[in-house]
Amino acid sequence: MITITEQKPFEEILQSLEKNTAVYIIGCGTCATMLHTGGKSEVLTMKERLEEAGKKVTGWMVIPTACDQLTKAALVESARTIQEADSILVMACAFGVQTVGFYIEMQVYPALNTLFVGKEEGPGHFIDVCMQCGNCVLASTAGICPLVRCAKSLLNGPCGGSVGGKCEVNPDIPCAWQIIYDRLAAQGRLVELDKIEPIRDWGTSASGGPRWFNVVTSDE
Amino acid sequence: MKAGTNLEKILESGQFAVTAEVGPPKGSSPAVIRRRGELVRNSVDAVNVTDNQTAVVRMSSVAGCAILKTLGVDPIMQIVCRDRNRIAIQSDVLGAIALGIGNILCLSGDHQRFGNHPTSKSVFDIDSMQLIQALKNMRDEKQFISGEEVSGEVPIYIGAAANPFADPFEFRVARLAKKVKAGADFIQTQAVYDVDRFRRWMEAVCERGLDKEVHILAGVIPIRSVGMARYMRDYVAGVTIPDEIITRLEQAEKAKEEGVRIPLEIIEQLKEIPGLHGIHIMAVGWEDIVPEVVERAGLLPRPVL
Repeated sequence: MITITEQKPFEEILQSLEKNTAVYIIGCGTCATMLHTGGKSEVLTMKERLEEAGKKVTGWMVIPTACDQLTKAALVESARTIQEADSILVMACAFGVQTVGFYIEMQVYPALNTLFVGKEEGPGHFIDVCMQCGNCVLASTAGICPLVRCAKSLLNGPCGGSVGGKCEVNPDIPCAWQIIYDRLAAQGRLVELDKIEPIRDWGTSASGGPRWFNVVTSDE
Repeated sequence: MKAGTNLEKILESGQFAVTAEVGPPKGSSPAVIRRRGELVRNSVDAVNVTDNQTAVVRMSSVAGCAILKTLGVDPIMQIVCRDRNRIAIQSDVLGAIALGIGNILCLSGDHQRFGNHPTSKSVFDIDSMQLIQALKNMRDEKQFISGEEVSGEVPIYIGAAANPFADPFEFRVARLAKKVKAGADFIQTQAVYDVDRFRRWMEAVCERGLDKEVHILAGVIPIRSVGMARYMRDYVAGVTIPDEIITRLEQAEKAKEEGVRIPLEIIEQLKEIPGLHGIHIMAVGWEDIVPEVVERAGLLPRPVL
């Protein structure tokens, strides 16, 4: 599992920093490093490009895992050079950006777009397998999530656009329902597809409003 | 009678039905719908009005159907699950009934990536199967999806789509059976060019006795040009056109005439297929050809019930 990111167009980053003159850059040593979107070398390239564009870069660091609590300590440790800047550019996923923003009262800008939490299907090939809807359907779909892997989130697929195992949206995308069908067939469970999957409760998903979670400890 | 529409009367009386499709304008003119409706009104039993087909913004299906209704045409409102959630869909259904619309066709909808607003957010709150079930429940149990009571009658003749040319082929009959179980009264299929495959599908349909539970209308699309045929083959989701048809059009002296002759030959073969109860002519943008196709197919005059 890894958070998939890609770098925003440089022009968009400059647009964000339009009113700022001095920037501190933060990269991330975990997902963004693995994906070459916010590791040390990308941070150094960004530093160069920002300087070429007339910005002062007061300093930079690559936090081991930008989304965890140790980010606070890293920000305290480098407080002096960070404070010399009027903005922080974070080359991490949106979790990293928001973690930095959570611990420091400064203007924080993202350098990356966060796409999805990906599962590595083959070397260097990641796919989106879960939309974190809070109401798991995998029991009836042979362990393949059609909500995120079918372009139309069908629960009673496949649609009329499934041809040769491919999705009508893009011939490079496998039809999730063809995969589900094949797996159920192999397991002798095709009869399960005769059941009409009922209308879902989307209230547990982001559609239900902002979500939170409290850990219940055994003492309580 | 479930809704008492002309389409329902024709099908329930055991007659071979003919429907056509009218694409609403990319604009606000009711005259466009009226003109297209006038063109086909005496040649068909009911007329589908598409719901932003291929995800291109057009006048709404409910408005188009209401306009057709004023001409005395029996409209079939199409609803796709792409653009509206269960709240909006159920609201539109009530509005449609208030306007005298009785036939509703339930579809998933072409993905917005194909349309003129590819950056839009898709909805897909419910799928086409669940939509059929929801409409049946509104009609027969007077219940909204939430379980709350609907006030007044909800007379709907419920339609659904089937594509015998999509994969996996073995599942296509099972999927139809699901739609029937969900509550479909009639089915309009994707365009038939590969009659052999369609025949095999219909055989399996009849084997399961589904032809006794639902009325199936086979889709037919007249072909305006070789370019259109190639475009449909390569870019229209779910349509399969065998190469020999493309070759025939390429070699024809007048491709447009051949483009009418081909569907006519297909209709002749379709009429012989046991269990088939009608045809659905999708000549979007070429509505003026519909009367000629229906007449040359020997399907005129349409019964008056």
